[in-house]
Parts: sequence; structure tokens; C-alpha cells
Amino acid sequence: MDILVFVKRVPDTESKIRIRPETNSIIEEGLSFVLSPYDEYAVEEALRIKTAKGGKVVAVTVGREESLVILRKCLAMGTDEAVLIKDPLPETYDGLRTARVIARFVQAKYPEAKLLLFGKQSVGADNSQVPSMVAELLGIGQANVVVKLDIEGDTATALREIEGAQEKVSLTLPAVISAQKGLNEPRYETLKGIMMAKKKEIPIVPIEGLGLKAEELAPCLAVVKMDQPPPRQAGRVVTGEAAETARQLVEFLHNEAKVI
Amino acid sequence: MILTYIETREKKVKKASLEALSEAKRTAAALGTEAAAVIVGTGLDGPAAELHSRGASRVYCLENAALESYSTQDYAAVLADLTKKLNARAVFFSATAMGKDLAPRLAARLGVGLASDCTRVSAKDGALEFTRPIFAGNALLTFRLTCSPLVASLRPNVFPVAIAAEGAGETIRETVELPAARTRAQVSEIIQEGGAEVDVAEADVVVSGGRGMKGAENFALLREIAELIPRSAIGASRSAVDSGWIGHQHQVGQTGKTVCPNLYLAFGISGAIQHLAGMSCSKVIVAVNKDPDAPIFKAADFGIVGDLFQVVPPLKEELKKLRG
Repeated sequence: MDILVFVKRVPDTESKIRIRPETNSIIEEGLSFVLSPYDEYAVEEALRIKTAKGGKVVAVTVGREESLVILRKCLAMGTDEAVLIKDPLPETYDGLRTARVIARFVQAKYPEAKLLLFGKQSVGADNSQVPSMVAELLGIGQANVVVKLDIEGDTATALREIEGAQEKVSLTLPAVISAQKGLNEPRYETLKGIMMAKKKEIPIVPIEGLGLKAEELAPCLAVVKMDQPPPRQAGRVVTGEAAETARQLVEFLHNEAKVI
Repeated sequence: MILTYIETREKKVKKASLEALSEAKRTAAALGTEAAAVIVGTGLDGPAAELHSRGASRVYCLENAALESYSTQDYAAVLADLTKKLNARAVFFSATAMGKDLAPRLAARLGVGLASDCTRVSAKDGALEFTRPIFAGNALLTFRLTCSPLVASLRPNVFPVAIAAEGAGETIRETVELPAARTRAQVSEIIQEGGAEVDVAEADVVVSGGRGMKGAENFALLREIAELIPRSAIGASRSAVDSGWIGHQHQVGQTGKTVCPNLYLAFGISGAIQHLAGMSCSKVIVAVNKDPDAPIFKAADFGIVGDLFQVVPPLKEELKKLRG
């Protein structure tokens, strides 16, 4: 069973994000970049399914050459192959454009893939758009925010998180699945894996070569501005005897803030 | 027209959907157009009546026995058909678990982009500008969508519900056809988690614990506080979740849930960037922490520098007094 897992390079979640207002973009200098945390669950799940059912796992990203680093990480974790779809544009925050690129890539290169795995969202753009959009463009079923996945022949059962409950989703394959924390515990790369990953060749597919029309590659989102959110005003801080501070807190919540 | 997709759970309209509908009405008025609601499934009379009493003058009910349980692709298909038929200018969702799953599928079916998880919608020169937090709230992106119709999902607990007492309204029922699909997915069962606990993303008040809680057993203290506050839920920092003290569905922050409650109570949470990002849209933030230099105090409206294990018992007593 061939499994594609789609990944993205994002700033580390501990990074302090700074903005360059002239370009409406974040300042990348000084940031460290990682494989988006939810994508790690997707890679791990792909590897586990491969171990159980056989087949091939291919990690794919859409981005600039800087993204090769996260593909090396996927290879070091154990994916069989990795592909960079080379996109000259920086972040567009437009999920549809990325989804069109991915759907076309799947149709052109991996029409037989049984499972398309994603993280439930990329950390950063936080759009949660691409998995659902790819499923629609390919006309296949989907389950997002999945915490448990069972594959049986050409069908799958996924548990997905909703508010205060889980939905059990029954799917036929091929299907799109997006991973949530809790799906598994991602493995660390081994030294041997890292050495092997260094030697592997990563094919680069130029985005222009996929046969998409210019209007399909044009973002349908026009950025007006990017700003820093207004800082919260630091409020009052009290110290002292516990009972008295608790009394002051409830007094504040009830009479001033009026939230309880 | 601006259509708002209304989500129901056990035949009741979700509050988050009413927030989206309220914002759709405001936006429609600013653009000089109308707002309407759309519900999908079976047995929609109850929700339709509820929507009329909440000020939706026009409600579309898309019915088909096969839509009784949720299927993203089928729901997206029937919504796309209605959107095209009405030539709707925009479709709004609430960015709930269902909204985040469904809105992008509809947008792709319509061949348009999506403004997801917006915290502001403003009409400017007859067009709409959307603002949404990115990098988990460390930056705000304001943009326009250049395709039509506009599809947007709105973050829950951000937009106020405007209750108009119109009472009556028009219900338009349609029996809809489902398209063929290459492969399918459908919800076969909903599994409730322990009891009727409010989800952290939907709660009015979040009582949250971090590394300072010292162990799983101490989360019972937070549950005792939550029991004294209506519509409250238990949250947690990443380090508490990664220590195995509480399930990840409670995690607030960049790799957990983003929450915007009326009140966020942080016990023993230092306030790492990735945690602050997930809760800084809360209306009121309270922090209890032993460390006076903890970054959480910079975000808090009210802070207590002290031992949470000392503060929680008298806090419970004060809350009990308040409830009389």
C-alpha cells in the first residue's frame, strides 16, 4: 500500500515571531525551523502502517529549497522516498493554491496511492484547509483531527476529535487523513537513519511542471497587512496571605471584571 | 446574500453558529444585502424554529435521509449547490471541529479560497476584509479574498450573539440529491467522553493547570473549582499534558487548542510563548504562580504570587460564598 505524507517546514513553536511590516511577512532571520509538529504524527502513522501492511511511504512538501531539511528528517525517520515540489513563492497563506498543487501532483505521479496523510494543520499558517481541499479536488473521503486510525483492506476507521466527544468515521480508500496529537508517539531519528538520509537523492519537481494554469497558481488571497497583536496590559499582581489574595481575586472577578 | 451554515448537535443549534449568524447579519447589513441560515440533515423543524426565534428570518433546510449522520463530502456538495443556486455572495461557518472540517471542502468545491478562523470581518468599500491570528496568535493577518463567493469561518467565542426577537420567519425546505464519489467517508458513531464535561474550546471559563500542579492527582483541585463555575472546563499546559497528568484534548496553546473564554484561570503555568499564544484572546486572564517573574503575569489582568496549593482552598470557599 503506497502512502503519501505531506509535510511542511515551519518556525519552531518556541520562537518569538517578529514582523517586517514593509513586506507583510515574518522575519525569518534568527528563527529555527522544524518539521511542523502535527506532521510528525502523520509520518509516524505512515511508517507504522507500512510496517503492518507493507508498501512504500513517500514524504512530500511544497516549498523552497530550505524545505529539503525537513524531508531529510522524514527520510531519517524512515520514509522510503521524499519529494520536493519546488514553489518559488514565499508563504501565501492560501490553502487552495497548495491543495491544487498537491492534488495535481498526486494525479500525475502517484495515482495509485491509497492513503494521503497530513498534520491537522501547519503550525504557523494555522489554516486547517489543505487536507479537506485535497480530498475534495480528488473526489475522495476524508477524516481530520484523527487520534486513532485502523486500516482493514480497502476500508479504514478513524476516530476524530470534536468538542467533548469523538466521531467514528468509516472510510473507503483512497482517503485523506489528518493527524492530531495523541494518534501515536513519533519516533526519533536514529544515527543510522540520519546517515542514510544524507545519501538519498531527493527529486525536485518544479511547480510549473505540473500542468496547472497560471490562474490556478495565482493566490486567491490578497494580504492587506500583517501586524503584531496589541500587547495585553499587565494588570494587578497581589501577594501575601493566601486567604486574603483569594478574597481579592473573587472580588475582582465578580465586581470589577464581572465575569463570574 | 450571506448564508450561514448552522451546526446542530442533538437537534439543538450550537451557540457558535449563532455567533456566526449574528456576524453574518451585521456584515450583510453593511453590504446592503440579506442574511439567511442553512441547516442540513433530517428532522430540522426544531432547529429551524429555534433559528427563527433567534432572528433568522430565512432558513434553508436541506434534507435527505442519507444526511442524518455527518459526511463532509455530502454536506459540502449540497451546500455548494445551494450557494450556487442562490448566487450567495458569502458563506459563513463557525470554526468549530465541524466548521474546520467542512468549510475548506466547500471552498474547494466552489473553487475559491477560504478565510479560516477569523476574529474580525469588516466591510470596506463594498468588499470584505478578514483578520485572523496566525502563528497561534503571535501575528494578525488581514486580507481580502479575490475569488467569489467568499467563504469564511469565524472563531468561536469572539463574535457576540445578537438576539433579535423577530420570532417568525420563512422556512424553505429542499430535498437534495447526493453526488457520486470516488470514495466515501461518513460518521458512523459519536463517542461521548466521560460525562457531560464542557470542551475547553467551548467553555465560558477555563480552569487551567501547568507544571506547578506537580501531578495528575492535583488536577482534582481544579475540577473542584470548575464545579463551582457554570460552563467551565479544565485546561492544561503542554508540559502538564506531556507529563501524562491529563489528556491532550485539554491542552491549550500552539500545539493544543486556541481558546477565547470570558475568563482564563492559570494555575502553576509559567506562560511559555506557545501557551500564551493559545489563550491570549481570553477576555480576562488570572494567574496564580509562585514565581513572581513568570511571563504569565505580563498577560494577566489579575495575578497572585503565591503557592497555588495554599490559594485554591480559600478560593473555593470564596466561590461557594458567591454562589450563596
